Amino acid sequence: MDQVLLNSILTLSGIAILASSILFIAAKKFQVEEDPRIQDIDEVLPGANCGACGFPGCRNFADAVVKRGHVGNAFCPVGGNETMKKVGAIMGETVAEQDPLIAVVRCQGSREKAPKKINYLAARSCALSHMTFSGEKGCPNSCLGLGDCVFVCLFDAIKVNEQTGLPEVDKEKCTACGACVTACPRRIIELRPKKDKMVYIACMNREKGAFAKKNCQVACIGCSKCVKVATELQGEAAGSQVESFLAYLSPAIDAEKFGAKIVTACPTKSVVGIGLENEVAQIREEEKKARLEKAKAMKESDALKGKE
Amino acid sequence: MKLKTFRIGGIHPAENKLSRAASIEDAGIPTKVMIPIHQNLGAPSKVLVKKGDQVKVGQVIAEPGGFVSAYVHSSVSGTVSGIEDVTDVSGYRRPCVVIDVEGDEWLEEIDRTPELKRECKLEAKEIVEKIRQAGIVGMGGAAFPAHVKLSIPEGKKAEMLILNGVECEPYLTADHRLMLEHAEEILIATQVLMKAIGVDKAQIGIENNKPDAIEKFKTLLSNYAGIEVVPLKIQYPQGGEKQLIQSLMDKEVPFGGLPIDIGAVVMNVGSVFAVYEAIFKNKPVFERIVTVTGKSVAKPCNLKVRLGTPISYLIEKAGGAPEDTGKVISGGPMMGKALTLIDIPVVKATSGVLLMRQEECERHEESACIRCGRCVTACSLGSVPYLWSREIDQGEWEKAEADHVMLCCECGACQYACPANIPLLDKIRVAKNKINQIKRARSQK
Repeated sequence: MDQVLLNSILTLSGIAILASSILFIAAKKFQVEEDPRIQDIDEVLPGANCGACGFPGCRNFADAVVKRGHVGNAFCPVGGNETMKKVGAIMGETVAEQDPLIAVVRCQGSREKAPKKINYLAARSCALSHMTFSGEKGCPNSCLGLGDCVFVCLFDAIKVNEQTGLPEVDKEKCTACGACVTACPRRIIELRPKKDKMVYIACMNREKGAFAKKNCQVACIGCSKCVKVATELQGEAAGSQVESFLAYLSPAIDAEKFGAKIVTACPTKSVVGIGLENEVAQIREEEKKARLEKAKAMKESDALKGKE
Repeated sequence: MKLKTFRIGGIHPAENKLSRAASIEDAGIPTKVMIPIHQNLGAPSKVLVKKGDQVKVGQVIAEPGGFVSAYVHSSVSGTVSGIEDVTDVSGYRRPCVVIDVEGDEWLEEIDRTPELKRECKLEAKEIVEKIRQAGIVGMGGAAFPAHVKLSIPEGKKAEMLILNGVECEPYLTADHRLMLEHAEEILIATQVLMKAIGVDKAQIGIENNKPDAIEKFKTLLSNYAGIEVVPLKIQYPQGGEKQLIQSLMDKEVPFGGLPIDIGAVVMNVGSVFAVYEAIFKNKPVFERIVTVTGKSVAKPCNLKVRLGTPISYLIEKAGGAPEDTGKVISGGPMMGKALTLIDIPVVKATSGVLLMRQEECERHEESACIRCGRCVTACSLGSVPYLWSREIDQGEWEKAEADHVMLCCECGACQYACPANIPLLDKIRVAKNKINQIKRARSQK
């Protein structure tokens, strides 16, 4: 009995020693020399493998940066400037800082503002809905609300609001990876510089105003009032324009200074100001007061005329 | 006798050919028509008229924008009130020529007598040119320009002309009535087409649920050499081009190839009748037969309709839209398209208008795939739709492309057969669209 036990232990340990020595020799002989910086960079990257940098994953990003020997214009929007600083330190260079971006949804056609006209029954996919027809709301440029952007978001940063039927971006979670931008068949989502105060046109309508207003109360009708105000306040450099019945407000506009005025200039309320709610309310209040006073003055002058 | 059919797949949905016995009626002329400029596959046509122009019936209003493109003719006489964007079958607004109808004045060269003509002295090339000028496209639904099909590319030879009189879509009877009422004209035009492509053999494929049409052709055939009528098994999608070729010739169209690669030229009977009118009566395509049907429709009928007529006008002709209408479809229930408005104009490819009842058009709740394989049994391509569906769910477009999702003819048999109500066809359509985008991006690189 003891002999059997001893034999088996010896045989197995023999095999183990043999196998491990073969593995050791092979590992030494066939070892692949890898630049240690690749591993270092991979470790500082967020590891989301979202593809926002243009490479399939974080490892590919690290690989590409090390192989070409400089960071260049490669940028990880998820990690942001902090991560890029670390990557730059590993590569021994300073990386230019970039403004952080955020995704904004350029449609306000909620259930209330743009009521449903058609019942869509097919598969819940924006891509299919976009191929099939102009959408339940009738607007061929509106958000379809079926959540292709939600499906592709790796950071749980975008959700369709049940009440409005429109997607909403979570400011804290959004990394500006751009997955939702490409997923949206109507290109409604735009990446804009992330600031506390922002101003943009939340509409993609390219139809004539009369047709657009039939479908949606808050459609941009291309009246170009906002662009005029922006150009007046900030000059041509603002880069805003109106093209095929759609105004575009450039991200270069100083929302801090002029945002509220641009927002209040829009007659259809399709310009959205983020972080400007108080100022906008104030201007609207003043305008209302001025209107009331004017009406009062008119009434008084009418009454005077009546007396005469 | 065992009837001919294609080798794999196929389903048999309820036929519901309600308007089978209703003979073709003239729908009349509406007060306003909207003629879409882009009615065919391929390049869009270029408009030739402008606001305020006077047009006559049969006058050219748009010319082809390329080889694979077609002429568009006015279907009414009157004044052009503008080139406007009108919602069409696609669900989007597209440019249409809007004409206010005044009287019914036809171009003088159009022969309006019902007299049957047989003599055709034209050469093969002239026949094809005349077909091109008449703006004939595939009237079965694909709207592929007919002259392209009939211009046999160099190095290839046509062996047989196939007439598609299958009409495998449930409900539709437009082709059936046309074959019954205009069998002689179709046969004369078939001879002309045989001359145009240089073949001495033609077969008319008809599904076996139309014995009267088969009988009608059989009695007439003794006068027409080389033409044969073949009854086919009742099986959807028998009328698909590739399936029909397989049924009749027992040959398969090669991967990514065209029917002409194996010597087949397939024409819908509606297009063949249009060829007759173009060659012998000088009449371009501005009318077509449209079936208006549905289980609750008061008077299911087959109407001869001027192109550009709003579908709402046809529904009125059929006794109005019933209370319980849930969906209006342009085409048949299998491959047709649900409409977003009923003021959409009739185009060359509109074969029917189907009014579905509310309870018929509701979708059932989707459940998980258990790999029962019914979609595989139904697919006439011999493919595996549930695997496609999985690849598409995961966004593996390249993999789906490698599995030949692009060959799918979108007949919808898999989705019809699926007991779990998985929207297989919807997914396949998304994939085909995505892959086309990827291909375009690749070619730009």
